[in-house]
Amino acid sequence: MSELIGSIIVLAGAVFLFAAGLGVLRMPDSYNRIQTGTKASTLGTILVLLGLCLFHPEWTGKLLLLVLFVLMTNPVSSHALARASHARHVPRTEKTVVDRLEEIEGPGDGA
Amino acid sequence: MALNLWVTLIAVWLIANASLDTQVVVTGLVLATLISLALSRFSNAYADIRVTPQVLIHSGLYLLVFAQELVRANLHVARLVFSPRIDIHPGIVEIKTRLRSRTGRMVLANSITLTPGTLVVDIDGDSLFVHWIDVEAEDLEGATRAIAERFERHLSVIYG
Repeated sequence: MSELIGSIIVLAGAVFLFAAGLGVLRMPDSYNRIQTGTKASTLGTILVLLGLCLFHPEWTGKLLLLVLFVLMTNPVSSHALARASHARHVPRTEKTVVDRLEEIEGPGDGA
Repeated sequence: MALNLWVTLIAVWLIANASLDTQVVVTGLVLATLISLALSRFSNAYADIRVTPQVLIHSGLYLLVFAQELVRANLHVARLVFSPRIDIHPGIVEIKTRLRSRTGRMVLANSITLTPGTLVVDIDGDSLFVHWIDVEAEDLEGATRAIAERFERHLSVIYG
């Protein structure tokens, strides 16, 4: 029974990981791609790890540690990507309504 | 003092090894002492962590708020990604934090990144520049209230 519940949780995680991958393909610019890539893959990974806890209860401590590491490192890598993109003036989608950071730091040449 | 770091390292080591053998414990104690002594000269990030009953209560509340926001963020992303037409109004807004400690600001920035439609692009002093997938408020106060308020309530107690 616990294996069935574990499988369902792992499957739900896989659906979120798929959403993350699809988001990277479908979103219009790099910032929005980073957004979908970070969030959906974080919960996807966490659900897969939690599902594994039900398969191997003796791994629970280690798996929860992994959840903690994913939660701490995943947003940091997205900050780094987003900040580097903005510093390099990676073009935004034309749907963008406001960019307060560029108003302060000055526009780039769009290169 | 590096005591916080030391305790964290010991806890991680014991959980990762899942054993209380003398050999494992002694190795962990030696390694944790060496690492926390070496790192305490470069960083005082762990010194911001205080442990009082109030802090523990708000840490628990914060985890609840965070878990709820994380799930909402993912449903939001999934809805956007699977919808036939992607209808978004993205932008980068500025918000101000009232958190003083650097560790507190880091936790706030990480939380904002993991919650619905928001991604911290840059931090400058007490200003955070946030990429918002659907901009609801372009002004400083409105954006701050919508993005940071629910976390700051607990983080300001935990980190000051």
